[in-house]
Amino acid sequence: MSGERETAPGRAKDQAAEGVEDTRRGFLKGLTAAVVTLAPGVTLMAYPEGAAAARAPSDAVTSKVRWGLLIDVSKCPDGCTDCVTACNEENGLGPVTRPRTDAQWIRKVTVRDPSTGLKRSFPVMCQHCASPPCVDVCPTGASFKRADGIVLVDKHICIGCRYCMMACPYLARSFVHEPLQDQKPYAPRGKGTVESCTMCVHRVDDGRIPACVESCASSGKAMVFGDLNDPDSEISKIVRTYATSQIRADLGLDPGVRYQNL
Amino acid sequence: MLGPASAQESARVPIPEPAKGRGEACVADTELMRRDHMNMLTHQRDDTVHDGIRTETFSLKGCIDCHAVDGPDARPVDISSPQHFCRTCHDYAAVKVDCFQCHASKPGEADKTAAAAPHDADVAALSDYLEGQGQ
Repeated sequence: MSGERETAPGRAKDQAAEGVEDTRRGFLKGLTAAVVTLAPGVTLMAYPEGAAAARAPSDAVTSKVRWGLLIDVSKCPDGCTDCVTACNEENGLGPVTRPRTDAQWIRKVTVRDPSTGLKRSFPVMCQHCASPPCVDVCPTGASFKRADGIVLVDKHICIGCRYCMMACPYLARSFVHEPLQDQKPYAPRGKGTVESCTMCVHRVDDGRIPACVESCASSGKAMVFGDLNDPDSEISKIVRTYATSQIRADLGLDPGVRYQNL
Repeated sequence: MLGPASAQESARVPIPEPAKGRGEACVADTELMRRDHMNMLTHQRDDTVHDGIRTETFSLKGCIDCHAVDGPDARPVDISSPQHFCRTCHDYAAVKVDCFQCHASKPGEADKTAAAAPHDADVAALSDYLEGQGQ
């Protein structure tokens, strides 16, 4: 199963060296002997498939694509926080020293079934709902869903009222309480605004995969990112074949993040 | 408006001297940039945030990458330095710039490349848009 995930056919765009960032190059270098056995022209990562990967920078996103994330909980070891670390590093979030107020875009959550004692540990981030309650309640229109299903905050018009934080059933959003310095050029963040997982929108627009998925590929291989609207994408094939679930599916929000073996 | 020609003639008035960019030419004429750079950025920001349009001609990141000014340590200064490209004029005109409360005010570690070459079609289209808006 995991072998299939690693050997998705490479795309012409990915093979162009100029589009490859240093971080990704370093990541590929760091991989083990499995790389050597692959045929030329075959990349290790499952790349976003369908229209958006080929989208030109001047084209607007469309609803033909719905980005989704699948997390196989059985492959997510207790104690592994690689995805959280990668997210913090990618988006310039500081270390969490005050869990009540510091920004957390991904939380590693442990749940236990009291009747059987079964324990599961898995990451929870913005679930990128099809019907996001954060968007419903936002008084300024700052909280919005992009055409391709990614739920974002337009911090230019966010007034920091935090209504969306109260509306989100997944506790996915954080408020920035203090002035920040040295933000990443591609991930602006600032005091007085609400923020949450952006599904690494800057990477997705560039035809790459989110940082958490990339880091997980070198540890647990529990995460798959792709287009839920494309029947040929890997994520679509898995959700079509195996039973997957959404957290609090009873709320009818239709999250784009799905969990397997939960 | 800053009137460079007239100000230079009367040496009594100090005028700001923003550092030259690293690229060959700016994305639009100096006069247009002076008057409309904030509108260009606002227009681009909505396109980028809401529609995922990431053309580089009018992106703030492109401005920052090209107009980075090196400090004494030969590294680009951030907005806290009066030498910062934006600050040279904004201090002079006493116009507060909010962009850098959230946005990076110096190029990122991996962003050492020169800014994108200007696309005349992009500039013409945006210029038309901005002029139409003003009427």
